[in-house]
Amino acid sequence: MLEGFLVGLQTAFSLQNLLMVVAGCLIGTFIGMLPGLGPMSIIAIMIPLVISLGDPAAALILLAGVYYGAIFGGSTSSILLNAPGVAGTVASSFDGYPLARQGKAGKALTIAAVASFAGGTIGAILLMIFAPALASVALLFHSAEYFALMVVGLSAIAAFAGKGQVAKAIMMTLLGLIMATVGEGALFNLPRFTMGILDLQSGFGFITLAMAMFALPEALMLVLKPKDLKADDDTIKELRITRSEAKAIAPVIGRQSVQGFFIGVLPGAGATIASFLGYAVERNIASKEQQKEFGKGSIKGLAAPEAANNAACTGSFVPLLTLGIPGSGTTAILLGALIALNIAPGPRLMIDAPQVFWAVIMSMFIGNLILLILNLPLIPYIAKILTIPRNYLIPFILFFTLMGAYIGQNNATELLILVAFGICATVLKFADYPLAPLLIGFILGGMMEDNFARSMQLYDGISFIWQRPMTFCLLAIAALLIILPSYRERRTKTRTVAISDGD
Amino acid sequence: MALDRWIALIMLGICLTYGYTAWFTMDAGLAPFMRQNPVWPSSFPKLLSIASVLVLFFILCGFEKSEQRALDVDYRRLHEYRLGPAAALLSLMVAYALCLRPLGFLFSTAGFLIIGSFILGERKWHIMVPVSLITAAVVWYLIQKVLGIYLRPLPGLLRN
Repeated sequence: MLEGFLVGLQTAFSLQNLLMVVAGCLIGTFIGMLPGLGPMSIIAIMIPLVISLGDPAAALILLAGVYYGAIFGGSTSSILLNAPGVAGTVASSFDGYPLARQGKAGKALTIAAVASFAGGTIGAILLMIFAPALASVALLFHSAEYFALMVVGLSAIAAFAGKGQVAKAIMMTLLGLIMATVGEGALFNLPRFTMGILDLQSGFGFITLAMAMFALPEALMLVLKPKDLKADDDTIKELRITRSEAKAIAPVIGRQSVQGFFIGVLPGAGATIASFLGYAVERNIASKEQQKEFGKGSIKGLAAPEAANNAACTGSFVPLLTLGIPGSGTTAILLGALIALNIAPGPRLMIDAPQVFWAVIMSMFIGNLILLILNLPLIPYIAKILTIPRNYLIPFILFFTLMGAYIGQNNATELLILVAFGICATVLKFADYPLAPLLIGFILGGMMEDNFARSMQLYDGISFIWQRPMTFCLLAIAALLIILPSYRERRTKTRTVAISDGD
Repeated sequence: MALDRWIALIMLGICLTYGYTAWFTMDAGLAPFMRQNPVWPSSFPKLLSIASVLVLFFILCGFEKSEQRALDVDYRRLHEYRLGPAAALLSLMVAYALCLRPLGFLFSTAGFLIIGSFILGERKWHIMVPVSLITAAVVWYLIQKVLGIYLRPLPGLLRN
């Protein structure tokens, strides 16, 4: 472990990778701040770029930087405008915005920055401890268990991400799996479901699908439902927090970092659930007088979701790096990018490519530090980006979506597919079908079928389900997850502001 | 019937076609030696088709009550949204896809950005035009020179 640790340190501290962290954090912060644009859109748009980098460690470091930068930036717009840029930061606006209204915007941003930093750092330490342990267990898994594990992951995503509508979420997952079967399978070189169209021989393009599912509908929603966003006060001053305030929020941050991390590890329960749950828990355990302050500008109520959402982002890397199974839309896109770079995340990642594994973890420490250093003094200036007029922003977002799809396939027909899928995705969004499960199903589809086929061949039929107890148990858990959707109701009301779906 | 169930009905049509292909037509071209294999190219799609048809019936029959909650987007208030600009932007994207080869990257991109912001109500030409032209040139340089992907910069007629 120590060896890997040092290799990671060396890789992460190379000049190129340091630049990647800084660039990722800055891009993420900028994009995350724009209401309505989440980390998923920007990561999808950036994939062609990172693939051309050719270095998986650098690519993952850059995209991870964008991811937590976006969560960080989202809290800035939550606090200043009451318009969260990312669903994971909605809970931050409950107390952050009232604080800003009281003229304490600077203080609120500092608390958010410190809480995010602590959440991210504690999350990275926990990741360092738990990921290797989980990876060594995962090495014992056979293809049958992998297949079952993916079924569990997908069911959990459907159960958690479905906002109480599990059937719809399952349907979207199945649709993703169905779309993944179009084209030639790896195991048999037979074109399937291509309807004689030559372009479909290699299947649907992952980048095109990712853009069509996230970037395009989000940009269209900005056009359909324009919002007047104005910060109440342009001047942000008094960034300091007092010693007594620091003392009050320290235990909150500690608790919520740990809790947020473990929620982030669960598939489907990402930063959004972690931040809402963190807020609710802290409100419940606060004293009577402090409880009254929640929602009116309590510093604890701001620190809790901020620490939790950043820790959960880090936690969501655990299943990705150790099992190769993404737990959220964003990590699913990261997985797609890694596969395109010829790296298969999974338990063997630590053995086969330790420099990638450890460099990513090391870069999380660096990234969090950079976010803190960059953002504390720069907050008042960065907030100016919120004044970029929509009229320029939206055509640019659409243009970059088009370019991403074009670069991925070098084919103008792909742009038409993008627009068609984008329209479908927007209609699905209107009908309240969650889109993230579709993409996760699509990305996992190929691997899932490979593992299924391999176990079928090994056991000469479907008998692997009951011949391997672990597979059976996992599939039973998956069935339970679907039948007993525990997270049926989300406690906090869905807000009508422009937020990006998923995390 | 609510929009989500109409969509479920459409998806049912797709899944039934998919299932029909998987169960009845796909295996016809399978080589004899592959028939010995316990798993066929159609095995996984067959499972998927059964599962999706079951789930779709579940949605169509409305077993799962969709809760009345404040939605981020609501199709019942569609007329309140700015549908015109959204549709215009989508058509513009299609036009861009069709023009990219014949008109060349620089013209199509600059045109796309200018018309795009025009659709959204921007009228400051002195900002729009230079910003669009610079973006088109910079992005072309990045893609062509840095990423090494060929993009025809000028209309086909102007070259040779």
